[in-house]
Formats: sequence, structure tokens, C-alpha cells
Amino acid sequence: MVNLIWLLMLVAGIVVAGLNGNIEIVTRAALEAAQNAVTLSFELIGLMAMWLGLLKIAEEAGIVSLLAKILRPLTNYLFPEIPRNHPATGSIIMNLSANILGLGNAATPFGLKAMQEMQSLNKKPDEATPAMCTFLALNTGCFTLIPATIIGVRAAANSTDPAIVVGPTIIATGFSMIMAIIFDRLFRRIYNGRRG
Amino acid sequence: MTEIVVEISRWAIPIILLLIPVYGYLRGVPVYETFVTGAEDGFKVAVKIIPFLVGMLVAIGVFRASGAMDLFAGVLNPVLQLIGVPGEILPLALMRPLSGGGALGIAAELIGSYGPDSFIGRLASVMQGSTDTTFYVLTVYFGSVGVRRYRYALALGLLSDISSLMAAIAICQIMFG
Repeated sequence: MVNLIWLLMLVAGIVVAGLNGNIEIVTRAALEAAQNAVTLSFELIGLMAMWLGLLKIAEEAGIVSLLAKILRPLTNYLFPEIPRNHPATGSIIMNLSANILGLGNAATPFGLKAMQEMQSLNKKPDEATPAMCTFLALNTGCFTLIPATIIGVRAAANSTDPAIVVGPTIIATGFSMIMAIIFDRLFRRIYNGRRG
Repeated sequence: MTEIVVEISRWAIPIILLLIPVYGYLRGVPVYETFVTGAEDGFKVAVKIIPFLVGMLVAIGVFRASGAMDLFAGVLNPVLQLIGVPGEILPLALMRPLSGGGALGIAAELIGSYGPDSFIGRLASVMQGSTDTTFYVLTVYFGSVGVRRYRYALALGLLSDISSLMAAIAICQIMFG
């Protein structure tokens, strides 16, 4: 699916630009995007280092394993193939907590750590495991308590009540998280017929 | 309400930066040394995702800049009108899974031109706050561990995006419509 969407975006873009007579826009957009990708990943280095450093302290101090222990019934249900006490669980929990609090820049480092740990359980290293798919579905459809960025944008636009969108966002993301879990269960069943 | 939420988001990171090291120190963790050990991984991961990010951002960039995305929005527009969704919101809905920065730009623009307290302004805010940049997340997360075959992850992510979009529209129509 990703191959097809990737190809379609390129083909549609080039055809439309060609028909509109401004094909040079394709060249510019492509080169700019390629450079942007590198800038973006370099910006990630500092954030990654900072949050992974804090995560390591939290791990050594026992905070992560405490959280993992409290939420074990939930993670066992969502990720049946991750063994008990595996470090992946702790990173998954840290990532989802950061997402819920609206701390986008902390969520990514924790999430990438979780991916590394899930990859250590992967028998086919170039293929996504069911646990990874579940994790990404939870991530993109994550429950959000504080949509911090958009509150900032609304406040800057002189809204009479910038935070009025918090309630609807909580309801919408709560719903989408439930839907993500339901869809995930369906896909798991369709794709491998395995238990869980 | 507003003030509480704004204060929480202002304090969240400083409090985390305070609590974790202090608690760690009290538990006998050599905090600075541990921090540095953990931070080492940052560079490796960032470099590893570059090819994945270049591939995805180039396709998205061409799709956007050429006007193909706007054309696609024009085709979808009549369908959305039927269920009472203002057409102005469609570019945001299409951009949201592709590019976080792009979507925020469109949301800010909608909030600016229709007003933050208009129906469109509120709907744009809820949509921006309740969905995620699925393509970016998949690209970066899978890229960081070298997974190239995504299996059903993209379909799953997009389905969950569509359901949060639908939920955002329904809730805004009930509460603000």
C-alpha cells in the first residue's frame, strides 16, 4: 500500500504540474523537500539526546518499571506478543504518556526507543510486527488531554476562549483511540489468524 | 479553564526536567553520567531515518506544490457538503496525515481568516489537535529500525485518522454548530 500511495503522489503531482504548464515547480519542490528531510532529522538529534538521557535516568530510578507494572493489564491486552518485563513496555508507556500530555517533542524519542526494543523481538527485521502496527495505531490515534500547540495558535489570534477546544478534543481523541484499538484487532485477525 | 490548561502546558516540561533527576538522585542514580549514556543514541537514530524521510517528504512535497492536492480536494468537496461539512476545512483534513507543519499552517490560516471563535475556526482547532501526522510517524518510526515492509500499518493509521476526523466534525456540529 505504501508503495502505491508513494507512486501515486509523485505521478499525480508531476502530471498536474505538467498540465498546468509549471513543471519547474516539481523540481523545486522535490529538491527543497529532500533538503528539508535532512534538516528535520538533524533537528531531531538534540531532542532525541535530551529525552533519551532523561528516559535513562527514569529507567535507572525505577520510575519506568513502576509505570509499566501499574499498566501491565492494559499492555498485556494490547501487545500480547511482548514478553512480561520486556523493556519495550516501559518505552511504549512513556511514549503514550507524552502523547496524552501533548508533549510532541518527547513522544518521538520515546517512541523510537520503543521501536528499537520491539525490533529486538522481530524475526523478520525488514517487516513490521503486529506489536509495531498496534503501537503506531495507538500513536497516531492517541488520546490527547492538552492540545498545547493549537491553544497557543488560538490565543495568538485573540480568541475569547482559546481552551474551549480542549473538551471536544478529549472526546474526539478518546473515540479515535477506541476505534484504533478495534481496527487493530480486526487487522490482526485478518492478517494472521493468530490468537489475540 | 483556559488559564489552568495554559499553565499546565507551560509547566509540564520544567516539572518533568525537575522530578526525574531529583527522584533519580534520591534513589542513588549517578544522574549526570546516566543522562549522558542515554543521550548517546540520539545521533545514530536521527541519521538512520534520513533516507526514509527524504523519500516520503519528496513525494508529499511534489503532490502539494503541484496543485494535485487541491485538485483532489475539489473532487471530494461535494461529498463533504452533503454531510454538512464546510468545504474550507478540506485542505486541512487532507494535509493533516501528510505534514504536521503544513497542517498547522493551514489551521492557523483558517483560524486567522475566519476567526478563532467561528465554527470553522473551532473545527479546524479540534481537527488539528485530535489527529496526527500518520505518514511522518510511520516513516520516522519504521525508518529508525530499518523496517521497509509496513504490512497493514498504513491502512490502520489512516482508518484511525478518518475516525478521529469524523468524530471531530460530529462533536463540533453538536457543540458549536
